[in-house]
Amino acid sequence: MSSATTSPGFSLFRYAAPNVFYPIAGKMVPLFAVVAAVLAAIGLYIGFFMAPTDAQQGDSYRIIYIHVPSAWMAMFLYVTMAFWAGVGLVFNTRLSSMMAQAIAPTGALMAFISLWTGALWGRPTWGTYWVWDARLTSTLILLFLYLGFIALQAAIDDQRRADKAGAVLALVGVVNVPIIYFSVKWWNTLHQGASVKPGSSSMADIMLTGMLLMVFAFWSYAIAAVLMRLRAIILERERRAQWVLDARDRGTL
Amino acid sequence: MQWGSLENFLAMGGYGFYVWGSYLVCAGVIVAEVWALRHRRRLALNEVRRATPAAGRSA
Repeated sequence: MSSATTSPGFSLFRYAAPNVFYPIAGKMVPLFAVVAAVLAAIGLYIGFFMAPTDAQQGDSYRIIYIHVPSAWMAMFLYVTMAFWAGVGLVFNTRLSSMMAQAIAPTGALMAFISLWTGALWGRPTWGTYWVWDARLTSTLILLFLYLGFIALQAAIDDQRRADKAGAVLALVGVVNVPIIYFSVKWWNTLHQGASVKPGSSSMADIMLTGMLLMVFAFWSYAIAAVLMRLRAIILERERRAQWVLDARDRGTL
Repeated sequence: MQWGSLENFLAMGGYGFYVWGSYLVCAGVIVAEVWALRHRRRLALNEVRRATPAAGRSA
């Protein structure tokens, strides 16, 4: 056991982080959940009742209000997961590895939502639910990277080794994220290019407003879900730590 | 109101299957995740309730 060889000060530092962050996360969860609900309500109202029917795609384009936010979050969460996994790998900080573990399932769900909504959008616009094109295939790989990370961590009993193996997988998989992002430029693909770019967007303002509100709604939701999972993971991993037992006895868990 | 009636709204200009198929599954996934998170927290709290202090470690 390495804990026997570390100094009391160091082990105190290592235990302090989850212990400090647990109650903070507990306050942030309802806050971000409420923000997500409010933003989604406004965004969907704009998207369905104020934004007009698209001249080319009719009302099928309204899938954009969940398709783009979920696709962006799937990529963003992956990079965030790999970052925290990498920090945990290099500095051996427990909370970082827990954060990576907490992000993975929400990231996988976001990737799934983007693929599902993309399929249902592709059928009326391209005439097919699925093609093996660069954007779609690389997003499917993203989903598999998330699932691989989850499966690998679950398969290794020793938590520290599980964190390390997961971190290596997560970091190697980061190369896929720019491939997804630039796939529509690098290859001939059915998927349209970026409609939203800094400084210039090809979307109508009202559609863009609704979509960006939904992006922030998904963002808030993801933060709430990840922090909720992080709190459960902290309890699972630290259930025998003194601060957890003290908080349990005080009734403040 | 651009839709005029609930029927028109649900029809989504003929794309109802695709639009609502997207939104329903998205909502379902989110509801399922929230349920799973609450369940996981309950399980973790049950574990903590039964836990004893780690051996060989001073505070």
